[in-house]
Amino acid sequence: MRDAGFIIGSYLITLGAIGAFAVRTLRLGRRLADSVPDEDKPWL
Amino acid sequence: MTTITPQSLEVPARRRGTGTRATRIIGLATIVMIGWLAVFGLLISPADRDQGDSVRIMYVHVPSVWLAYLAFIVTAICSAIHLFGRRHSLGVDRVAGASAEVGVVFMAVTLVTGMLWGRITWGVYWQWDARLTTTALLFISYIGYLAVRGLEGTRQQRARRSAVIGLLVVLEIPLVHWSVRLWRSLHQEATVLGTDLDVSLDGLMLFSLFSGVVAFTLLFIWLVLHRSRMLTMIDLAGERALDEALASRISEGGEKRA
Amino acid sequence: MAEVSRFDVAKAVFVKDLRVEIRSRVLVNQILPFSALVMVLFAFALDATNVLTRVAPGLIWLAVLFSMIVIVQRGFAVESADGALEALQSAGVDALGVYWGKWAALVVQLVVLEVLLVATAVLLYGVDLRAEGVVLLVTTSISATCGLAAVGTIYGGLAAGVSGRETLLPLLVLPVASPVLIGATRAVEAALGTGGTAISEGWPWLGLLSVFAVAFGVGGSFAFGPLIED
Repeated sequence: MRDAGFIIGSYLITLGAIGAFAVRTLRLGRRLADSVPDEDKPWL
Repeated sequence: MTTITPQSLEVPARRRGTGTRATRIIGLATIVMIGWLAVFGLLISPADRDQGDSVRIMYVHVPSVWLAYLAFIVTAICSAIHLFGRRHSLGVDRVAGASAEVGVVFMAVTLVTGMLWGRITWGVYWQWDARLTTTALLFISYIGYLAVRGLEGTRQQRARRSAVIGLLVVLEIPLVHWSVRLWRSLHQEATVLGTDLDVSLDGLMLFSLFSGVVAFTLLFIWLVLHRSRMLTMIDLAGERALDEALASRISEGGEKRA
Repeated sequence: MAEVSRFDVAKAVFVKDLRVEIRSRVLVNQILPFSALVMVLFAFALDATNVLTRVAPGLIWLAVLFSMIVIVQRGFAVESADGALEALQSAGVDALGVYWGKWAALVVQLVVLEVLLVATAVLLYGVDLRAEGVVLLVTTSISATCGLAAVGTIYGGLAAGVSGRETLLPLLVLPVASPVLIGATRAVEAALGTGGTAISEGWPWLGLLSVFAVAFGVGGSFAFGPLIED
């Protein structure tokens, strides 16, 4: 594969950045979950 | 002395976060589809006749830019609903904010992968054509939108301000696009640089692109659900902290008077 | 008490803004010297004289944009310092009148600024004004100024009375104002004949600038009220 670094790099950047964003969102959500009672979470 | 009851000894069940059954199913489907996309995009789909293997970047680049634009459309629609709806719902405002955050992330990776792709096909990272320039300015504008959301003020103030800004950006996009197109059409040397990124797609390539769009759509839905729930909790947690602070000040005042 | 019309509000705000300006002389003593300084700094950065003549139209509009940020910040800092905008709001003064009053005051200040910057370009960069391009130059400047003032007033109103506004304003205004920078630069290039451009090449840009001014004039009229109300 020519330019393999660029091609695989673009997959890694895309999935890595969005993955990191997703993990951060989940972590923040878990941490906040303790300070908000369950009855205030309409999605549950 | 406090009495020890069976209830007080019980370990409180961990409070539940932003996940639900629905998001877990969507999350699982997203992971499967991304694995599928990687296999089809990197291994199974053929190399392009003109572009060679670099066409594989398209399977992540194009879905991410489509979803970024979709995210901004969602933000605009939610802004309009908040502003013109009778309830001025804060829930809709949080969806607008969550969608813009996700859109900014998607747009950032779009710009990076687009530059990498441009480096291979054009030999340069950037070209001043209308699509690229509009996308870059849009990216900056939504960073500004998120900055407005971070301003001090009540939640209703935040919601109204950011809704207005969200709609003004929509007004801005066609004007920016028009101006850059008019500008570049007068500079013919720009087209010497080379081919457009458009390629003719055969069946398997089209299927890979389609897989990418499905994977990224699921990812977008999952992210916005989690993100907007998280924003709700940030607001509620802030409100509770304020209530507690007020309560302690009030009780302090009571003690002083006593 | 007699009902105060929207036009009266706009006129009162306009006259008040200019009176504040004439008394404090911030435009004359600080902002105009600043913009002239920017033109000198461009010359240091770009060195050769023939380059400067070529890029002069762009530099003029860039200097207008940067100076406008400063003017807008100042114009709304005056309002928010003693909560004047909120006082107007609670007194039930028409927001649209305030918007157009502030807009008109900004237009006047920008026009003064542009005259100075064009003069600086003629004196320092060796730009030649040609008689047949004057109409295009003037109409371009007017429509670009109307658009810029509309944008500046909207975002200035948003940032008024909020901490952190000094850094937020350029981030919000500059992307939105970029079509004006592109359009006004090309149109002025055509008016001056920079790089052998014909005057006829400038008219499509004037169209763009007019559409921009109308779009953000209308958009701002709708947006300003919700932005400043509490």
